Amino acid sequence: MVGALTLYRSTIGRKIIMALTGLVGVGFTVGHMYGNLKAFSFIGGPEYFNEYAEGLRELGAPIFGHGHLLWIVRLVLLACIVLHVWAAVTLYQDSSQARNVRYAQQKTLQATLASLYMRVGGLLLFIFIIYHMAHLTWGIPGIHPNFTYGEAYNNLVYGLSSYFYLPAIFYLIAMVALGFHIYHGAWSVFQTLGLNNRTYTQPLRALSLTLAIVIAGGFAMIPLAVIFGILQPA
Amino acid sequence: MNLTLRIWRQKSKGASGQFASYPISDVSPDSSFLEMLDLLNEELMNKGEEPIAFDHDCREGICGMCSMVINGVAHGQDREPVKQVTVCQLHMRRFKDGETITIEPWRAQAFPVLRDLIVDRTSFDHIIQAGGFISVGTGSAPDANSLPIPKSKADYSMDAAACIGCGACVAACPNASAMLFTSAKIAHLNALPQGQTERYQRVVNMVTVMDHEMFGNCTNIGECAAVCPKEISLDFIANLNRDMMVASFQGVTPTVSLNGANK
Repeated sequence: MVGALTLYRSTIGRKIIMALTGLVGVGFTVGHMYGNLKAFSFIGGPEYFNEYAEGLRELGAPIFGHGHLLWIVRLVLLACIVLHVWAAVTLYQDSSQARNVRYAQQKTLQATLASLYMRVGGLLLFIFIIYHMAHLTWGIPGIHPNFTYGEAYNNLVYGLSSYFYLPAIFYLIAMVALGFHIYHGAWSVFQTLGLNNRTYTQPLRALSLTLAIVIAGGFAMIPLAVIFGILQPA
Repeated sequence: MNLTLRIWRQKSKGASGQFASYPISDVSPDSSFLEMLDLLNEELMNKGEEPIAFDHDCREGICGMCSMVINGVAHGQDREPVKQVTVCQLHMRRFKDGETITIEPWRAQAFPVLRDLIVDRTSFDHIIQAGGFISVGTGSAPDANSLPIPKSKADYSMDAAACIGCGACVAACPNASAMLFTSAKIAHLNALPQGQTERYQRVVNMVTVMDHEMFGNCTNIGECAAVCPKEISLDFIANLNRDMMVASFQGVTPTVSLNGANK
């Protein structure tokens, strides 16, 4: 078992770390996206949404105390992000060293945009995550116009519609990046963990595409609904 | 056909190189790309200029020497309608009259350019030396079929063993990764009963040398398999990843000496 702890030394080991932490990320985004949909009145509505946001602190009750499981989840997610980014950065450094002289002309034959822009998209998502927490978790004044603790629904609607809808537009751009990242990433998880072969590769591609559309599409519904006035302050 | 060739010229390993343009006329559309380069070299020699150095050997698509990226694609694979193309199997009829063709050597830290279009692929040899063998008792040849192997396993192993080590996978990979090559060299032994003795040690040793040789890492883009003249598939990379994971859980550590492999 100790051998598994030496995985980080090889490029493949770092990719396995990347795959496992990415898988946690996909699981988290599914849950987060599902929770978000409670903002819509046909599923929940403002009160239900606020109750849900507060209820997250009671996650795992009665085994876990107030906020305990939430903090465990937060720490696990933070660790996953740190490992995911660390693996990406060190692997990128190796790769850019490996191609030390660039081609004068280079053409790809079948590469998807998603696969070629994994790193750029990842960087954008990293910036987005920090912004998103400053915006709607911490509600830093200046980033969020009028943040009130406990008023999750109004914070969401005011936050997205402020500054000429620029936050909403940034959220939409980030969700496009997320969709691309998941489309290549989810399939790559299977490839990197050695669970892919020529029989499964097409079904796995289809699964990744479905995940990408459902997750990114589900998230994008919120800023779109704010822009089109479907979600109004309560 | 009349063409303009933009070719990478580099005097020696480590020297700075640059592109030089050569017009060439009266090229037969039926000639192969290498025959076209022969024609150019003949002209250059008649003019007293240094001919272009390029690797070539079998000229029937099985030696894997012709390390050329043609108009941005390894071996000019995209020009021929069929797969499995090396430069000797690429024909001039696939190019337009008057076209400018850019010819570069493989670009990778692990494949230093020796001269013009010739690269040093010793790093591949180092990877094979680390595990591309099986330990068997020598002596008289074993009887045929003394070791039953299912047809599907034999086919799988043969598919991997088709790799000619040309390096097109590294050349085409945006990360200059040697994962397709290494995975094929591992899979063709690991799929067979004879390869089981060193199975996990082989994976760890070959991957250690691959990393040490400064190849990049795989991001599952798939350009390697798209240019591979032997159609090695990404399946083998998934297999390599799986074997590497098992080896790590078993606590297998590298036993390979990295002295010879050092760049």
